[in-house]
Amino acid sequence: MLGKLTWSAIPFSQPIPLIAAGGVGLALLAVLGWITVKGHLPYLWKEWITSVDHKRIGVMYVLLGLVMLLRGFVDAIMMRTQQASAIGHAQGYLPPEHYDQIFSAHGTIMIFFGAMPVVIGLMNFVVPLQLGVRDVAFPTLNSTSFWLTAAGALLVNMSLVIGEFARTGWLPYAPLSETTYSPGVGVDYYVWAIQISGVGTLMSGINLVTTILKLRAPGMGYLRMPMFCWTALGANMLIVAAFPILTATLAMLTLDRYLGFHFFTNEAGGNMMMFVNLIWAWGHPEVYILILPAFGIFSEIFSTFSSKPLFGYRSMVAATLFIVVVSFTVWLHHFFTMGAGADVNAAFGVATSIIAVGTGVKIYNWLFTMYGGRLRFPTPMLWSLAFMMTFVIGGMTGVLLAVPPADFMLHNSMFLVAHFHNVINSGVIFGAFAGITYWFPKAFGFRLDEFWGKMAFWLTLAGFLIVFGALYVLGLEGMTRRLQHIDFTEWAPWLYVSVAGIGVMILGVAAQILQIVVSIRNREALRDETGDPWDGRSLEWATSSPPPAFNFAVLPKVHGEEPYWTIKRQAIESQGLADEPKYEAIEMPRNSATGVVTAFFATLIGFAMIWSIWWLAALGFVGAYATFVVFAWRDEEEKEIPAEEVARIDRARRAARRKWLEDNREQPA
Amino acid sequence: MPERGGRLLPLLLLLGGCSGASILRPGGPIGANNRTILLDSLVIMLAIILPTMLATLAFAWWFRAGNRKAKYRPAFVYSGRIELIVWSIPLLTILFLSGLIWIGSHALDPAKPLAEKTPPLEVQVVSLDWKWLFVYPAQGIATLNGAVVPTGVPVRFRLTSASVMNSFFVPRLGSQIYTMNGMATTLHLQADRPGSYYGQSAHFSGDGFSDMHFRLQAVPVAEFTRWVAGVKAAGGLLDGRAYRVLARQSQHEPAKHWSAVQPGLFDMVVAQHLPPAPGPEQGRDGQPQISPGTAE
Repeated sequence: MLGKLTWSAIPFSQPIPLIAAGGVGLALLAVLGWITVKGHLPYLWKEWITSVDHKRIGVMYVLLGLVMLLRGFVDAIMMRTQQASAIGHAQGYLPPEHYDQIFSAHGTIMIFFGAMPVVIGLMNFVVPLQLGVRDVAFPTLNSTSFWLTAAGALLVNMSLVIGEFARTGWLPYAPLSETTYSPGVGVDYYVWAIQISGVGTLMSGINLVTTILKLRAPGMGYLRMPMFCWTALGANMLIVAAFPILTATLAMLTLDRYLGFHFFTNEAGGNMMMFVNLIWAWGHPEVYILILPAFGIFSEIFSTFSSKPLFGYRSMVAATLFIVVVSFTVWLHHFFTMGAGADVNAAFGVATSIIAVGTGVKIYNWLFTMYGGRLRFPTPMLWSLAFMMTFVIGGMTGVLLAVPPADFMLHNSMFLVAHFHNVINSGVIFGAFAGITYWFPKAFGFRLDEFWGKMAFWLTLAGFLIVFGALYVLGLEGMTRRLQHIDFTEWAPWLYVSVAGIGVMILGVAAQILQIVVSIRNREALRDETGDPWDGRSLEWATSSPPPAFNFAVLPKVHGEEPYWTIKRQAIESQGLADEPKYEAIEMPRNSATGVVTAFFATLIGFAMIWSIWWLAALGFVGAYATFVVFAWRDEEEKEIPAEEVARIDRARRAARRKWLEDNREQPA
Repeated sequence: MPERGGRLLPLLLLLGGCSGASILRPGGPIGANNRTILLDSLVIMLAIILPTMLATLAFAWWFRAGNRKAKYRPAFVYSGRIELIVWSIPLLTILFLSGLIWIGSHALDPAKPLAEKTPPLEVQVVSLDWKWLFVYPAQGIATLNGAVVPTGVPVRFRLTSASVMNSFFVPRLGSQIYTMNGMATTLHLQADRPGSYYGQSAHFSGDGFSDMHFRLQAVPVAEFTRWVAGVKAAGGLLDGRAYRVLARQSQHEPAKHWSAVQPGLFDMVVAQHLPPAPGPEQGRDGQPQISPGTAE
């Protein structure tokens, strides 16, 4: 009846996951209980869970990502402390079969369920606003994408208490991930969680590509789009091109594991090298899927806080597209040590370093954006400057690893670990924090507290430098990664340094949480009345904070690269807003439970397939298909917001703007 | 031993050259040449990275909003001359580096024999769950979790795996290479200085991976010959049957040796005449354990 699922799947003998899961479970129950008692459940269901508004979905994506980043960070703390406490005769507190799950889960969660949702969430929230439109191209699909990602995250976290997670690393290299060497359910958890969330990511990519290509405010040609929209376009084109490779690769692994196929096995003509090639043919574009939107965020921030347009806009567009194309030609650098010939290694080494040209161009253009500017340094700008200073180091060590003879000594070493954390932390994570602080007032109507933001920034930066500085050194010392126990005692001092560093990072995370708590308490003092708290330049600042459901009462007409800056200049010069437009009723898509219901059935499918509960899997498939059919036959697609309602909301926005103009009359900006 | 790129060396040694496994203290020509290429690339890139970092700080400081001496130029958004420089600096650096990559990849290809007059010693390596087997085909002996090589003599390693992927890596001797079942990879190394070199698997291979390391002793030729004679006299036969027992999963196996090896054993592993290792006993169909390993 329940397949392989028995009571032995619950690790009663292991206190750590049980206590952790128990704590999280209790906290979740408490929150759910509080919501139900307070009567917030209908609000949550109507306004968030079934919402197809790109802004709400974006916020939920970011929230999911932040929670998962925290979960992955706990894994990181455990890895650092385990290594520091398992040197020589000491064995630490995590046995190998547990430690191996932790580093696998750390990578999987950080990339798929931490970084990706945050980045996709920011694109979801910002892109339609910057394009001056009302929503993404396929709003209900958007909701489904989000809930499928959440379903994947749920499956990964279920593995904590029901069964086990993969013990193969975040990319389940064959043949270790085949049933011969990993007979447990860990790899199956990995495969189904990634497949389900991967479908969500692919649909989200299709959605955003379509949005950017087909829905832009009147007059907004491609070369008038804000830089963030360009990098979002690049990232989503990469998603559309690369994620099917991941899905196909994992499908082949699934056939190997479930039906005895031999794609990647040792025997019967299977080829493990094919797995490695395929997974990195997705894996390398994936890092650019993460970093390109971050580049866009930094572009917006450098321009806004330098009070200047972005320097070399067209050059930046070219560099972005250059990176998009070249990112598909470098995957072999992940395994120079597999024994390909010198010609192959050299060709991929050269291709890899060429991709640094695109990034170098961007760095210089940001530099010249600051040149001749009038720079302000609120928290988003600090993150961006720290990115510039540290990302070049990560880029440099990346190019070092692209030199095959150097890679032969540094491959899989702690130096490599330090390198990719260096680029992902200072690129994606700093970018995410910069973007969240920058657009938080747009989403919630009040700014984040600057003092705690700056504390979080300095502590995170210091901790990051200490941890990964130590790891760089350890790599040069010859230490390889993923060690649960260290017999070579000479590495000990640097392992202790990295533990000290992660201590500082914990303080940084605490400051982040405090920042949010303090800001919510002081929200009235931090209120963003006008919708333009940073003296912004692109269209998202033209509407109120938070924007109405329809974003713009009348779609803005675009005449240049910085449409909102032009509107603002005109208003300041003429000391008045443009004439009130003629308001019309707006049709917006109706809320839909399709996404969350589909994700519920997808979770059932995943769980049932992991535990070989075939009837439940069949039920999940039927349920998911039925949900789709019901949605396809819906009668009413849209609801109408009457013209009076639109007028009322927009007049309030115009009143706030007029008040701002009067208050700032004496000081022309 | 070449010492080019040595300007940075004191600093790097201070940071991390002090341990017995440091790649910055090579014990042979491959390691030394790899290190040279690493340091040369580092110097080339630092030449543009450092000025960029300084310029970032300088621009951010000078153009702060409070500085009245700084000129505000909101219209400075494009300059063809700057764009030309901005594209050509990284491009030229990368062109230069590409030359290094091309030459280095060919000169230090792991499969390329070393240009030495002495004929190489062949050592066959099999990675097992979780130990290392070394077979000396010419000498007809084998060792587990430890090997001895003569100094100043090129060693031609041929490598395969009994089960999952591993990477054979002796940090102070230089290049590493993967071991994969059903395939043989080739790696040429040489130890010039006598000593005990730390070796490890540099590719995660399962629960016993962490302690899957070994010592590679480099000794003068005469001592190597004596060592071989000693092993030959000690007894023990490694044949297909003994290999199958060895291929079962185990951890912390002490170093040992065999005075005789079934001829062609390595090639039988590569050709899968000796089948891939079985993996864990628990957790298979019909076995209750969900999570093999935890029940131990």
